[in-house]
Amino acid sequence: MEAVSETTAKRRKGATAEEMATRQRDISVSEFFAKNRHLLGFDNPRKALLTAVKEAVDNSLDACEEASILPEIAVIIEDLQPDRPATAKSSRYRLTVVDNGPGIVRKQVENIFGRLLYGSKFHRLKMSRGQQGIGISAAGMYGLITTGRPMVIHTKPKAGSAAHHIELAMNTKTNRAEVTTDEEVKDFPPARLATITSGTRALVAEGGFVSPETFRTGTSVSIELEGRYQRGRGSVDEFLELTAIANPHARITFVPPSRDAGSEDDASILAHAEANAATKATATTETGGVVIYPRGVQDLPPETREIQPHPKGIELGILLQMLKDYEATEKGSLFNFLQERFCRVSSATAAQMCKAAGATSRTRAGDVEAPQAEKLFTFFQEVKLPPPPTDCLAPIGVRQLLAGLLKGVRAEFYAASSRSAEVYRGRPFQIEAAIAFGGDLPADEPARVIRFANRVPLLFQQSACSSFKAVLETGWKNYNLQQPRGSLPVGPLVIMLHMASVWVPFTSESKEAIADYDEIRKEMKLALMECGRKLGTYLNKRAKMRREGERRDVFERYIGEIAKAVGAITGEDAKRLYDALQVQAKRKTAVADQQLDEDGKVLREQGELDDDGVLIVPTAMSDAVVSAPVTVAMPELAAPPARAKAKPSTPASPKPASRSAAPSSKPPAKPASKPAPAALSKPSAKPAAKPAPAAPFKPVAPRPPAPRRPSQDGPTLF
Amino acid sequence: MAKKTNQSIAERDARTQKKIVELAQAISKMTLSGREPQLSIPTRTKSNTVWNRRKGILEMGDGTADRPLFDLKTAKQFMQTMLHASTIKDLIEAGKTSSLRGVFYKAKHTVAGTKENTFDTQDESDPILEDLEVALAALREELHVFAENRGSMVGNITIVDKGDEIDCRRMGSGGYALPSIVEPDVIQFKKCEAKFILHVEKGTVWNRFNEDRFWEKHNCILTHGAGQPPRGCRRLLQRLNQELGLPIICVLDNDPWGHYIYSVIKQGSISLAFESTRLAIPEAKFLGIRAKDFRQCGLDDAVKIDLTENDIKRAREIAAYPWFEGHKGWQKEIQAMLTNGFKMEVESLITKDISYVSEVYVPERLKAKDWLD
Repeated sequence: MEAVSETTAKRRKGATAEEMATRQRDISVSEFFAKNRHLLGFDNPRKALLTAVKEAVDNSLDACEEASILPEIAVIIEDLQPDRPATAKSSRYRLTVVDNGPGIVRKQVENIFGRLLYGSKFHRLKMSRGQQGIGISAAGMYGLITTGRPMVIHTKPKAGSAAHHIELAMNTKTNRAEVTTDEEVKDFPPARLATITSGTRALVAEGGFVSPETFRTGTSVSIELEGRYQRGRGSVDEFLELTAIANPHARITFVPPSRDAGSEDDASILAHAEANAATKATATTETGGVVIYPRGVQDLPPETREIQPHPKGIELGILLQMLKDYEATEKGSLFNFLQERFCRVSSATAAQMCKAAGATSRTRAGDVEAPQAEKLFTFFQEVKLPPPPTDCLAPIGVRQLLAGLLKGVRAEFYAASSRSAEVYRGRPFQIEAAIAFGGDLPADEPARVIRFANRVPLLFQQSACSSFKAVLETGWKNYNLQQPRGSLPVGPLVIMLHMASVWVPFTSESKEAIADYDEIRKEMKLALMECGRKLGTYLNKRAKMRREGERRDVFERYIGEIAKAVGAITGEDAKRLYDALQVQAKRKTAVADQQLDEDGKVLREQGELDDDGVLIVPTAMSDAVVSAPVTVAMPELAAPPARAKAKPSTPASPKPASRSAAPSSKPPAKPASKPAPAALSKPSAKPAAKPAPAAPFKPVAPRPPAPRRPSQDGPTLF
Repeated sequence: MAKKTNQSIAERDARTQKKIVELAQAISKMTLSGREPQLSIPTRTKSNTVWNRRKGILEMGDGTADRPLFDLKTAKQFMQTMLHASTIKDLIEAGKTSSLRGVFYKAKHTVAGTKENTFDTQDESDPILEDLEVALAALREELHVFAENRGSMVGNITIVDKGDEIDCRRMGSGGYALPSIVEPDVIQFKKCEAKFILHVEKGTVWNRFNEDRFWEKHNCILTHGAGQPPRGCRRLLQRLNQELGLPIICVLDNDPWGHYIYSVIKQGSISLAFESTRLAIPEAKFLGIRAKDFRQCGLDDAVKIDLTENDIKRAREIAAYPWFEGHKGWQKEIQAMLTNGFKMEVESLITKDISYVSEVYVPERLKAKDWLD
């Protein structure tokens, strides 16, 4: 190699391959992600804070559910630089998330919190939230990078024993955690949390905040990171609010920092927040700044099974890898491989597949050549197979959808629909939709669309999301709503869409928008239309009631005059005539009194939930429609009664819809491949719901859509 | 006579009161027995009007319309009807009369507990009173309701009006104002030498005849109805025609409106078909103005008024009335007017001479008996 003088700047000498080779080395996963934070959701301080909360809360929910514990989660954000100037773009926060889950075994703590791309969920075809995150380790790593501070973990896997207190930081080069503190403490949940704000202190006094009785086992994670707490769209608040809606079995407590960066900043964002105020949880309470999202139902979601992949749902490369893996572990035949590693492959089908690949029933999996695998793959796409099993899915369920929305949105009418499971590209999925209408929702604005995938809210990239497009494509005009072309319907409406799947297809790595698939879109629209139909029926009924109410008003007005006139002529008692006419008037306008029937269900006290997927809150309805009979004064008779129209009783916030006093009837589940074996007791968390006399909820199973009665037939679909 | 009159008034009032009470009692009975109260009002529409060829008058058919209380369309009217019934009973009991507007005011108030009025305009109220008339089969006068005075009369007749003697020969330039209620208990005919009645359309024309003392020269009674004659006028004419045997000769404009006025005087009207027996004068005669008069009288072109689309339409409608349909004379008359293409008012005769109408036109035609029947 000739040496070249460095002074000849004009002539560029390129490096040789060897020189370049010396500079190349392994990049650890952590290093890569450290420099590509946007891939994980840490692009900007606000999103970073949100992502950290999201990861932690998702983990907590998954853990509680897998351990069959009714989740109790507290999210606390402390502002560590409260005196920073108003122009500061970010601040240092300490985020703490505490749950009452099964806790984590000491051995696994480093792996879970200090190691990227380590987890139990990635490999499994099982519906879970975790599919959508890189994991809590990334949040910890981000915190470390921005503040230099380690993660602080408290965890108590066994109710009787002590808790572990661990502090660790990730070494990005080795992708391993380094533990700086490791001790056993009695203190769980960490006592310090109780005194963070005056609000928490007040709650503790009432016994309602991170009390050791509720959190007999569990985990608490604290991360110090640079972030930006700002309310509005895409905020921690919105995330928690929506999470509460999609997970009504969870009780979430949120302690926000005192300063809202948004209120100093952009007034428009605040306006957004104000606009969302009506959709704020109805029954959420704020005590000294602490927001509580109470539990809506007492049942955990059904357990989901893991399933094997379906032949139509895998890619060629995966197939090759699977063959290799099988060879490595089982050393069995192709014939067996096909039956064991895939679902819905019978021996007859397996035989067909072997034949198509040009193999015999005894060919070893490892002996399958690439061209044969390709033939096999092609055959997969062509052969008729039954669709994959769908019990791997745990949809939210109609009742829970209604309960969640009822808690989260202050409206007068709720409808929900849970479609049966379908398949796209060999993967089972299930769509659910729910709507809330009227009440306090703003009437002149476009509907608010809230989207979920596997019970996790999707906060960004709305217009790219298949759910959103499905809403746009639905003809809401058919259900008595206004809808400008190609736009959202306008009115006091919140539309919720949820996709449950073993594998939710996203448009990009940020996992905020569901990708378009015909099967998925079709199901979404069908679900929306079912809800729309219910709404249409309700609005028609409401209009009819109003008309009937007016009609009755008209009759009642004249009855007084008529009774008086006739009485004057005949000399009879006008009051007697009046009463008789009144009876007739009531009969004539019986519809108005009947309130809502059929699809609307006859109104009871608080509007019971029902399996047909409709819930109406009478106290939220307008005066003209409420059944309180109109009393019109008898003109100049003895002692005229009070003239005012009987107003409806002052709207009380709907009592917790859950009535069943019995806790979840689920037997304590044995955690499968969870890193934390736990001897579970029955879910101890019992909300302070009043024992109500009404009938307990009927058990809910994913229902096919309710059969359409003839009177309900709306306009033809499609 | 007064005593007898008073007696019959009292009897009549008692009858009317009874009818009202019965109506109200029927409603009350329905109500208390749980049935939905409703009124049955004979309809006053063309479809429920029958021309009685033999009698030569329009009569009301048997059609009725139900007016139920518990029907949004009729509820208010039901109430209004009962209100007026109550008012009328009060009037009768008090022995007083009231005008249409008075009854309207008495019943007008805000419905208790609402912002709605029982009546908003008199146009709502008048038809309800008519409804009561037909439903109760009682005359408006029997309901103690009167309309405004319209029309005048002079002539060789003496009448007694509510006890006052009126000599119509000495009514000066104003004439005796025809009251609204002209029933025998109010107006009696004392002395009459007139041989016929000349009825004109307008007061101005009537003035012409009165100034020229036509009634004196030709020994008749001169009346006008101020356009479409009101009930009082028609009733009085009919009484004079029937009780005193006086023929009625009409001098009206040569246009569809004039023809219609004549038709109403002669046969009755649809809206008051129930009154035809008391108001219609089948023998009334139409003297003029005739379509041929333009040539016959040699009138100036200036008197021509073009027929409008509406006029033509109306003329055809009138030609189709059952009592004109078979009537050759009238068909020719209307056709002649249509052929002329113009209409003429009575005043057009002035172009000949100021008093041409009273001194030449009418006398000539009377002598020649040149009129339409």
